[in-house]
Amino acid sequence: MTYRFDYSWIAEYWPVILKGLVTTVELTLIGTLFGVALGIACAWTRSLGPRWLRPPVVAYVELIRNTPFLIQLFFIFFGLPSLGVQMTEFQAAVLAMVINLGAYSGEIIRAGIEATPRGQFEAGASLAMTRFETFRHVVLIPSLQRIWPALSSQIVIVMLGSAVVSQIAAEDITFAANFIQSRTFRAFESYFLTTGLYLLLALALRQALRGVGRMLFPQRAAR
Amino acid sequence: MMTFTLWDILRNLLLAARWTVVLSLVSFIGGGLLGMALLYLRIGKARAGRMFVQGYVELFQGTPLLMQLFLAFFGLGLFGIDVPAWLAAGLALILWTAAFLVEIWRGCVESVARGQWEASASLGMGYVQQMRYVILPQAVRVAVPPTVGFSVQVVKGTALTSIIGFVELSKAGTVVTNATFEPFTVYGLVALIYFALCWPLSKSSQILERKLNVAHRNH
Repeated sequence: MTYRFDYSWIAEYWPVILKGLVTTVELTLIGTLFGVALGIACAWTRSLGPRWLRPPVVAYVELIRNTPFLIQLFFIFFGLPSLGVQMTEFQAAVLAMVINLGAYSGEIIRAGIEATPRGQFEAGASLAMTRFETFRHVVLIPSLQRIWPALSSQIVIVMLGSAVVSQIAAEDITFAANFIQSRTFRAFESYFLTTGLYLLLALALRQALRGVGRMLFPQRAAR
Repeated sequence: MMTFTLWDILRNLLLAARWTVVLSLVSFIGGGLLGMALLYLRIGKARAGRMFVQGYVELFQGTPLLMQLFLAFFGLGLFGIDVPAWLAAGLALILWTAAFLVEIWRGCVESVARGQWEASASLGMGYVQQMRYVILPQAVRVAVPPTVGFSVQVVKGTALTSIIGFVELSKAGTVVTNATFEPFTVYGLVALIYFALCWPLSKSSQILERKLNVAHRNH
């Protein structure tokens, strides 16, 4: 192998990579926030919500979990405009991530809710809390605490999966890598460097989520 | 301009879906074999082997599959060979699948109670005998449902190989869309075909979990 690695392009192209990094972080933050919120709504519906709402939620969860993210993205970005729904690449990417994480986190959170002892609901009711208050204060927080590790891994998976949004020209890290390799013809170097970036991002995200977990569930640290 | 009937679209997509199935099988079987080899190192006595597998898993679970595909595609090209897309796709998917399967299976082996190891050791069994007669039969029971469940991820993972130019279901979807200008119908159908492939796997994973747990509940 006589190939010579050449990283001299970094001097010129690092702002492109930085911009991609910011976009990936933004996508992950917004996607996580709304995705987990959607997941909580789905989990509530499936375990405690009105019965007539459950079949559509089950259908949504099964449909998303059994189709590739790439196709969901293409359907949203290329398919929905024919129904008159127009959106930018970034909006389509966020929407796809929210819908995807919503289905996965919904299943994870539901497992947490269903592991709640029956007595907790009764205890909430006996304190004259409404059903919503019981859910919010008594059921949800301990449930989230229970499944936080699983939810964290899923969020990391969704962040890594977001590399695909470059295919609809949302300008994330992978988009930057594609852009650079098309300009410099240094394909391997460009993908190698950005893959390293993803690895660092995954490690950082895992640490950050651990921190968020400690912040949200402080009683755990005291125990 | 040519017009395409729904059947034209569906037929072409189904023809391409064969390659999704083939690639999924190759990745799953290849990844399974590699995963077993890695598992042997991961639960073995050699520290270097354990560290290697930990690093391997960290690397492949901590980076996007898409990037692994790009690196396989362009990395193999560095050796001066003309890399066909199927080779890069198969290689990357096998390596990626193995990284997940080894972690799933490690968890299953470790779920076998510590006392089982000690009991079998007290019967004078060696490492291979312990594995063969005591640990693996119990671990396999636990391992089947999550392994079947993970096969869904493999099928979905093959969709990414369309990006490096392997023609399977997703790529066919893009090609057909470019010919028909009906993205809504085409990607809708593509999604339904993926669903038809994956949903039976998901469902059987759930059913197996319930069935195989029956024996476990008596502990």
